[in-house]
Amino acid sequence: MAVSDGTTPPQDQLSDYRRREQSITISHEASQGDERHELLTLNIGPHHPATHGVLRLLATLEGEVVRDIMPIIGYVHTGIEKTAEDKSYWKVIPVVERMDYLAYYFNAMAFCGAVETLMGVDVPPRAQYLRVIHLELNRIMSHLVWLGTSALDLGAVSMFWYCFRERETILDLFEMSSGQRMHTRYIQVGGVFEDIPTGFAARLRAFLKEMPVRADQYADLLEKNQIVVERLRGTGIVDQPTLLELGVTGPLLRATGNPWDLRKAQPYSSYDHFDFRIPVGAVGDNYDRFRVRHAEMYESVKIIEQALEGLPEGPFITPDRKIALPPRHELATSMEALIHHFKLVTEGFRVPPGEAYYPLESPRGELGCFVRSDGSAKPARVHMRDPSFHNLQALAPMVRDGYIADLIATLAMLDPILGGIDR
Amino acid sequence: MEVTREALDDFRVRQLKARDMLRGDLEGEELERYVEQSVLTTTLDKAVKWARGNSFFPLTFGLACCAIEMMAIVGARMDIARFGWEAFRASPRQADLIILSGRVSIKMAPVIRRIYDQMLDPKWAISMGACCSSMGVFNNYALVPADKFMPIDVHVPGCPPRPEALMHGVLRLRDKVMGNESAGWRDRYAAYGTEEILGETSGESAAINVYQPGDTAGA
Amino acid sequence: MPDATGLELTAQELREAVPDSILDTEFHRGRAALVADPGKTHAVLERLRANGYTFLASLHGVDYYPEEPRLGVIYELLDMERVDRISVKARLATSEARIKSVVDIWVGANHPEREVYDMFGVVFEDHPDLRRILMPEDYEGYPQRRDFPVGGEPVLFTFNEEQSYGKWQ
Repeated sequence: MAVSDGTTPPQDQLSDYRRREQSITISHEASQGDERHELLTLNIGPHHPATHGVLRLLATLEGEVVRDIMPIIGYVHTGIEKTAEDKSYWKVIPVVERMDYLAYYFNAMAFCGAVETLMGVDVPPRAQYLRVIHLELNRIMSHLVWLGTSALDLGAVSMFWYCFRERETILDLFEMSSGQRMHTRYIQVGGVFEDIPTGFAARLRAFLKEMPVRADQYADLLEKNQIVVERLRGTGIVDQPTLLELGVTGPLLRATGNPWDLRKAQPYSSYDHFDFRIPVGAVGDNYDRFRVRHAEMYESVKIIEQALEGLPEGPFITPDRKIALPPRHELATSMEALIHHFKLVTEGFRVPPGEAYYPLESPRGELGCFVRSDGSAKPARVHMRDPSFHNLQALAPMVRDGYIADLIATLAMLDPILGGIDR
Repeated sequence: MEVTREALDDFRVRQLKARDMLRGDLEGEELERYVEQSVLTTTLDKAVKWARGNSFFPLTFGLACCAIEMMAIVGARMDIARFGWEAFRASPRQADLIILSGRVSIKMAPVIRRIYDQMLDPKWAISMGACCSSMGVFNNYALVPADKFMPIDVHVPGCPPRPEALMHGVLRLRDKVMGNESAGWRDRYAAYGTEEILGETSGESAAINVYQPGDTAGA
Repeated sequence: MPDATGLELTAQELREAVPDSILDTEFHRGRAALVADPGKTHAVLERLRANGYTFLASLHGVDYYPEEPRLGVIYELLDMERVDRISVKARLATSEARIKSVVDIWVGANHPEREVYDMFGVVFEDHPDLRRILMPEDYEGYPQRRDFPVGGEPVLFTFNEEQSYGKWQ
């Protein structure tokens, strides 16, 4: 629909669909100087191969140059936070996991962390290390999916298969430890669901030996590739103060040079026991974002190696029977264990009233979970501060005055996950 | 390779017709119809169905978590290209299968309907995952089960379904297209007679596992 | 997190700078929260930003039903230099659910405020573009209020199978 001179066509010429969208204001300013250029409003999505989920973008174009962009979300809004108010704390974990569907361990960890803060539960060290192992594996997996789909957007189609091959290895590990590939409910309030089985450590070591080699291969394919460099270098630049205004964290902020990482700044779950570095970029363009995420994969491998070597002995979940289920063999002998089991499964544990906000560093930025409890067995409010929701606001400054092709590349490097945005 | 199973009485009728033809008892219109059915049309029909079933063009339609497992089925381990389905088209005009992978929110439902309407006949739909088949984990105000606004051929349960489960759904759809619909588990366990057949009620099935004649019986 | 004394000092300083702004302080399990008067929240946040809490980590709404005032808007602030977090809570009654928008302090408050408006019905004054963000534009009702029904389809058993919506033919 061509809009010239900043005026809209008369109402009866608009289609029904377009009339419904009239409430959305689009900038009608002409570009530089006195020349009036025709501004075209193009609707990208919600069904579009390059939008990484159901994101709808209303792009105002002048030729091939993007003058303004307005993201419209809500196409996968699932009311997860409302559903979570209806279920007991134990049952909220699988519901909340499905928000940011590539970082499911992080969602569960944020929620469990908030509940543990409210209850004052101590997580045993073995559980903390196991959580770290799985969280970092999830980080690698999320970056692999990002790399595969982003390279697919840029045209490097074979990267998709290579990255998903690695992802299958990681999902095999997840399946070994929890029985599920995705949305594993492995992280529970007070620890983890189950101890790692025999053979997990060996398989993990084999993966850790292989992963840096594969990451090197991906670097060889993409890092100095002429097409990748020309498309990503110098595009989508936003300076650091703007990003901080917008509330952007994670690899996007680190690409501009700010080494803010909650694993180092406010360590949780024994991250301070591990020695790892934070990759930062220099300029803040798409190429830096790409390199930062790629380098994070190596650092995650280092963390997992250290966690695996130093895995302490001990319980894998808090021994407090009022919070965690007793082990099955106790049910046959101890009456108390049976009663605890019954209470936990039917009603769930009660959390003393209060509010807690638990932030952690997910692959996309600061993921925080706000839990308000009113003393009953169901949470009164669960809210996830999802990083993609806040990062999406940075899209408009990133793509302004760039080409559509840069829009696609920037959207790929932004790594939005619509499940987290819409919740 | 699939065990085809036509209904028993159909076979019996054909048997009788074959016997009559051999005896020279079929004549006139009946004879013509018999010849038509057995010789050309059936073969052409079957060939077309075979070609269709082996060359689906799925639409790239990922909504939420199930989309990641759908991408995994495209990956090298569970390779959907074995069956000829690797050509994922981005435009609904060029696709004939829509795999609804993920949760359908009320804002998205009209969009999906528009896309489904833009697809050309013959078209099929697989509802992948629990969220679009039924309401899934989230039984709340924001979701719509896909059965409410578009016809679905195969529902694949799971949250998210393993790629193998989606592969099973894909193969069931392929069977359906090629005319080899099996009765699923009723076949494997010889559980005939367990279907609830609702006489001549409207198409709205009141219970979930009701067998309507000419329907993949909820397997 | 500032400890309890640090929180009290901050509250005191804010009370001096913006009179009658801080109604209460809460310090629970290491989380410092200031309960602010809704009319003065904007000034409080400006001062906190000037004091070093330059990053708005989260802006979200809570429904405190059945306590009155019922709705709450919570601002989670982060000081990246000193690695400090503080929360500001503004309680609003449903009848006067209006609060001044903080988009002029942090540009990134745009979408979160729209989400609070969408889910709870809190009107943010001076917001550049206040409309629904997650629900369809013409949706009626504020879903995340506690008295809004969860909704959904009934789970079918044999006794209620007539309620099935059937299959689209």
